[in-house]
Formats: sequence, structure tokens, C-alpha cells
Amino acid sequence: MPMLEVHDIRKSFGPREVLKGVDLTVEKGAVVAILGPSGSGKTTLLRCINFLEKADGGSLVFDGEKVDLARVSHADVARLRRKTAFVFQSYNLFRNKTVLQNVTEGLIVARKMPKAEAEAVAVRMLEKVGMADRCSQYPHQLSGGQQQRVAIARALATSPEIIYFDEPTSALDPELTGEVLDVMRQLAAEGMTMLVVTHEMAFARDVSSQVIFMEDGRVVESAPSDAFFADPKQERTRAFLSRIANR
Amino acid sequence: MIETLLQNRTVQVLIESFPRILLPGLAVTIPLTVLSFAFALVIAAAVALVQYAQVPVLRQLARLYIWVVRGTPLLVQLFIIFYGLPSMGIVLDAFPTAVIAFSINEGAYCAETIRAALESVPAGQLEAGYCVGMSWWQVMRRIILPQALRTAFPPLSNSLIGMVKDTSLAANITVAEMFMATQRVASYTYQFLPVYCELAVIYLMFCTVLTWVQKRGEKYLNAHGFN
Repeated sequence: MPMLEVHDIRKSFGPREVLKGVDLTVEKGAVVAILGPSGSGKTTLLRCINFLEKADGGSLVFDGEKVDLARVSHADVARLRRKTAFVFQSYNLFRNKTVLQNVTEGLIVARKMPKAEAEAVAVRMLEKVGMADRCSQYPHQLSGGQQQRVAIARALATSPEIIYFDEPTSALDPELTGEVLDVMRQLAAEGMTMLVVTHEMAFARDVSSQVIFMEDGRVVESAPSDAFFADPKQERTRAFLSRIANR
Repeated sequence: MIETLLQNRTVQVLIESFPRILLPGLAVTIPLTVLSFAFALVIAAAVALVQYAQVPVLRQLARLYIWVVRGTPLLVQLFIIFYGLPSMGIVLDAFPTAVIAFSINEGAYCAETIRAALESVPAGQLEAGYCVGMSWWQVMRRIILPQALRTAFPPLSNSLIGMVKDTSLAANITVAEMFMATQRVASYTYQFLPVYCELAVIYLMFCTVLTWVQKRGEKYLNAHGFN
């Protein structure tokens, strides 16, 4: 059974139509990469799926529960968000909280978990991303790659059924992307369901199970990742891939 | 030599008048400032929040309040409440009148400070809070407001220091604070220059303490993640 299905999602910013009816399915345990040129609507798609933007139309089935994206209630949003996690391009760690507090915040405040239990979970997640020795530091004392790894620990702590990644390495120096991608690789190997907007072709090819190529607010091609890279069906996809390969 | 100095009339007046000015300062100016600023902060936080959260109607009322209060002199506001309202049957004592006028006045300025500080917190902080399952109010209380407080702290300290001095306007509506006490001393000693300079020094002392408190406060906030 699919973990997440999105049907005919539409979104405009003023007169500009950013999503022109996108469909998407993510199976449980799958790692789906969304590729596409800048301005193709990838990030907006991800943000609409987690209700950070309100879609103009379309529906979403999460874990068997269907909601109308344009008419979703606050309560539904809150409930669905608790089953998901989001990793931002700019990390968005809570700047007034330590590394440890960043991870425990969602557990203690939103889920009413006892503090000691939350801290145990947080330390476990921080160990997973190799950041447990930085528990008492503040975000501004960390490098971008370290911040993003803490952000991933924060996402993992709430035991989400799916994690959305919005260009998680795009804000990083090239030499720091590796440490973040390694963590994501490890999660994929453990069977975490992930939907990843990315520009990292190697990650899409080696780690993701499926690739969706978007352009101009539409899905151009969607295929298992080996087929996508070995034998792209659409002319646009071929052009995109050859341009990337020549870079 | 010290004896000659002490026998100097000006010095005698300064020594005698010091407690007469300082005591109303401690008993009236400081309570007036503290009370007014506390209420002003409550008003300001509420007015800033309804704008930040874009609450319909209340948001427009907030803009109207800020427009009117910032666009009229504090002294006029004091006079309207103290001398004007009694004709409508609303009679208030001088001290509560001053507290009300200063709170309303300072509230408008501080509301803008707090609104600007709230808006300076990146939108991603709110979104990250939502994404870990927190409600709007939980994110506000635990993430946004503490960060905004750090930004707003220096300008709010400014406002507080400004208010200490603005309380001298309350003398105009018969509040017996430091300035009025000094006027009395000056009027029977005729030592205008030394006595008013003495008053200025006492205001400076108060504000120096506040400046020191501000510095300590900023240090504290920086050490506790508010940066």
C-alpha cells in the first residue's frame, strides 16, 4: 500500500501557476527523488504536501487517510504533520535552543513526552548523525553540514512515517554535502520512507528507488531510478540529464 | 578649606535639597516609571501580536491606536485625561492618570519595536516548529518570542530610559515627582542653575543604573541562547 498519494495538486502564486496538476505516489520504504530545473515547482510541491503552502486544489492520501488539500482543517494538518518530518534547505534549527533542545522540543512540547525520555531519544538520534558530542552547543556554533545533520536528528526523533527533504544540501559548501548525504544514505538503507527534492544526481541515481522529473509545474517523467538514468523516455529528460552530465 | 566650602550658600542649598529631590524620585518617579512601563509592555505585546498574527479587525484597531498615539504629544494626552475627562464625569487622581497616559503612550512605541523584532525572526523558525508538531502558540512562546525578545531588548531599554525622563511631564498634572520637587526648591532658594543641575545629575544616576542593567541583561540573554 502506498504511504503517500497525491492527486492533481495545483498551486498559483498570484497569476503564476506553479503547480499545474501533479500526481505522485510514494510506497512505504521507498526513497523518491524529485529532480528538475530551478523554478519547476519541486519545492512548492513538497511544501504543499506538508501544508506549509496551501494548495489551490488536489487531494492527498496519507497512510490510507484522504484529505482535500484546498479545504483541509487545522486539526487534520496538525495530526498529519505529526506523522511526517521536514528537513529544510536552510536547516531552520531553533536558534535559541541547544542542539539537544532542538531535537527534544517536538517531543516534549508537541508530544508531551517526559523530559528524560525525550533526551534519551534525542541522544540516540544525535549519535546516529554523529552529533551527540555537540548537545550543549547552539546552532550558530556549528557548520552548515553539522546543522543539517542536527536537523535530520530532529526529524528522526519524532518517529515519522515519512521524511520530506527540501534540497537538504543546496545551502552547503561542496565539501560539506558528503556528511549529510551519508546520513541520508544510511536512513535509506534502514528503510526510512523519504521524498527528496534534490540537485544531487549521484544521490538520486545511487540511493533513490524512484525518480520524478518535473518541469514547469508538471511531472515530465517518473520511473524507477535505474531505468530513469539508463533509459529516459522523454526528450526533455534526456536534455536535462545530458546538460547535467556535461557540467 | 572644606569648612569654607560647606559654608558656601550654594553648597548648603545643594546638600539640603538633595534628599528633597531624591525622595520624590524614589517614591514617585521610579514607581511611576516601573508601573507605566510594565503596563506599556503588556499593551505593546498584545498590539504587536495581533498585527503579527494578522488578526482581522484587531489588526486595524492596532494600527489606528498606534497612529493616534504616536501622532499626538504626550503632554496633550496627559492634559486630555487629567483636565479634559472630568467634564465627561471621569475624574481620576493625578498619579493613576499619569500611569494610564504613559502606559498608553509608551505602549504604541514599544508595540512597533516588538512587531519589528517579531518580523525579524525568519519565517523558517515558525515552519520548523510546525513541522515538529507544535501549534502556533507553542512556537510563538518557545521559539519566536524568545528570539524577538533578544532583538527587542536594546530598543526597549531605550524606551525605558526615555520614560524615566518623560515622567517629569507629570509635574504638569500635579504629580509630586522629582521635577516638581525641584521646582519648589528652586522657587524659594532662587538657586536655579545649581538646583536644576542637581536634578539633572539625579536623573543621570537613575539612567546610569538602567544602562548598567541593560548591559547585564544583554549578557544574560547572550549566555542563554538568545542570540
